Amino acid sequence: MRRLLIGLPALWLALFFGLPFALILKVSLSQAVIGQPPFTPLFANGSFQGSLANFALLLDDELYLEAILASLGLAVSSTGACLLIGYPMAWAIAGTSRRWRAPLLALVALPFVTSFLVRVYAWIGLLRPTGFLSEVLQSLGIIDGPLALVPSAFAVAIGMTYTYLPFMVLPIYASLEKIDPALAAAAADLGARPMRVFWSVTVPLSLPGALAGSLFVFVPAVGEFVVPELLGGPGTPMIGKVIWQEFFNNRDWPLASSLAVVLLVLLAAPIALSQKSQTPAARGLG
Amino acid sequence: MSGRSLRVLALGVGFAFLYGPILWIVAFSFNEGRLVTLWSGFSTRWYGELMKNQRLVEAAGLSLLIAVASASVATVTGALAGFALARLGRFRGRGLVAAALGAVLTLPEVILGLALLLAFVSLDAWLGWPGRGAGTIVAAHATLGMAYVALVVRARLADFDRSLEEAALDLGATPPQVFLRVTLPLTLPAIGGGWLIAFMLSLDDVVLASFVAGPGATTLPMIVFSSVRLGLNPQINALATIMVGIGALAVMAGIWLLGRKERRA
Repeated sequence: MRRLLIGLPALWLALFFGLPFALILKVSLSQAVIGQPPFTPLFANGSFQGSLANFALLLDDELYLEAILASLGLAVSSTGACLLIGYPMAWAIAGTSRRWRAPLLALVALPFVTSFLVRVYAWIGLLRPTGFLSEVLQSLGIIDGPLALVPSAFAVAIGMTYTYLPFMVLPIYASLEKIDPALAAAAADLGARPMRVFWSVTVPLSLPGALAGSLFVFVPAVGEFVVPELLGGPGTPMIGKVIWQEFFNNRDWPLASSLAVVLLVLLAAPIALSQKSQTPAARGLG
Repeated sequence: MSGRSLRVLALGVGFAFLYGPILWIVAFSFNEGRLVTLWSGFSTRWYGELMKNQRLVEAAGLSLLIAVASASVATVTGALAGFALARLGRFRGRGLVAAALGAVLTLPEVILGLALLLAFVSLDAWLGWPGRGAGTIVAAHATLGMAYVALVVRARLADFDRSLEEAALDLGATPPQVFLRVTLPLTLPAIGGGWLIAFMLSLDDVVLASFVAGPGATTLPMIVFSSVRLGLNPQINALATIMVGIGALAVMAGIWLLGRKERRA
């Protein structure tokens, strides 16, 4: 019984998680060839054929370094924007009466289950030169001509902020909700003004939630593909997009794999950190 | 500014940002003209054209099938993993299982898609199985969904009042009876919620599907993605509105399930 309970999921993960990642490492050491499969074997004629040539190429070509830096930069700005919009929302929800909290949280989560593609698509329409934002700004006289915000790095940052905002709000709410109201009352009794109570009591106690939310936004944003593909032009070569292009357009599976390995190494620390906060965050969802 | 008006402002700005774009799409799906930025009158013609688009309807059918299959597999493996992590205490490989599930949740989809494709291609070379098509999409989506189901089930069991089970044991129930009549009914809402999450994830995914699909199988998001790349299109607005409607229904079903949990516990 015990064996079955753990055996089935463990077997599934070994087959569809362990094996795939071992193979990414293996293929990153081989070379692209035309054939099936389109990469060289690691062992041929009884000797090891692998090399670090792909990684040397990644270091050599500035394009890849630029893509990594651009991805990190955009992920940081999107995480910051999510914090700026998401923290006040979580704070406001935690401050409403019990009756209102569940429906408001559901409203935060609702966009998350509506199609991701559709939500990104909406921003093409809103940010186009003939789109909503450009027309409104022109009719208000703030800008003279049409404003082309798509494609741009700015549009990518907006798209990612928009997509990942619920990931930020829910864990922050979960940590705010746990704060004992008596603490704020005590601080107020001791003479602290509301702003002081907020910055000295509420914010420090909600930091674990803010950290968890930031990681849930940052990690997927670094490797994001759909948003930069739809909202960013050739000027925003994010690493997720470069992996996609190496794989689908250039059919260079080994180079795509070595880029994935680099991305994994970059994200190892943030992923390990976010593991600790996953279960508490899920409780906020229920 | 008072605390109350600050709260209203924070929620107003946040929800306007979250819902503005979605409402914009819904509104323009009923626009008569071909231009998606200029209003020219109410019409449902794009919904009609959508239904006549054979390729789209077929892809939608395939996507639904894949979503149901992968969510069901994910629910079985994910619920087992959630139970094992919450209840079995220490066992060999516990850390590995927990870490793998956590990594699936957070890893960029491009990496997961590439890794899964390499595994399918290699398995195919070694065993002549599983080929590439709808089956590999189901396996990929089930792996992703499993991590979410395990997370929700594990969180539910962690919050669970164990004295209920102890009481049943004291009253003479056998362990299997306790599981079937106490533990399982109380976890069922989380399992149902997990299935819904896995279903929606599968219905929405374009990255994993594109990597592992091969030439035979084309899902709805893959078609939407390729047509969106070419620019705006009023048919996509109509389709998007339908998908938003399905998502809203799923959330309401989820809230209903969680509401049942509150009443029972």
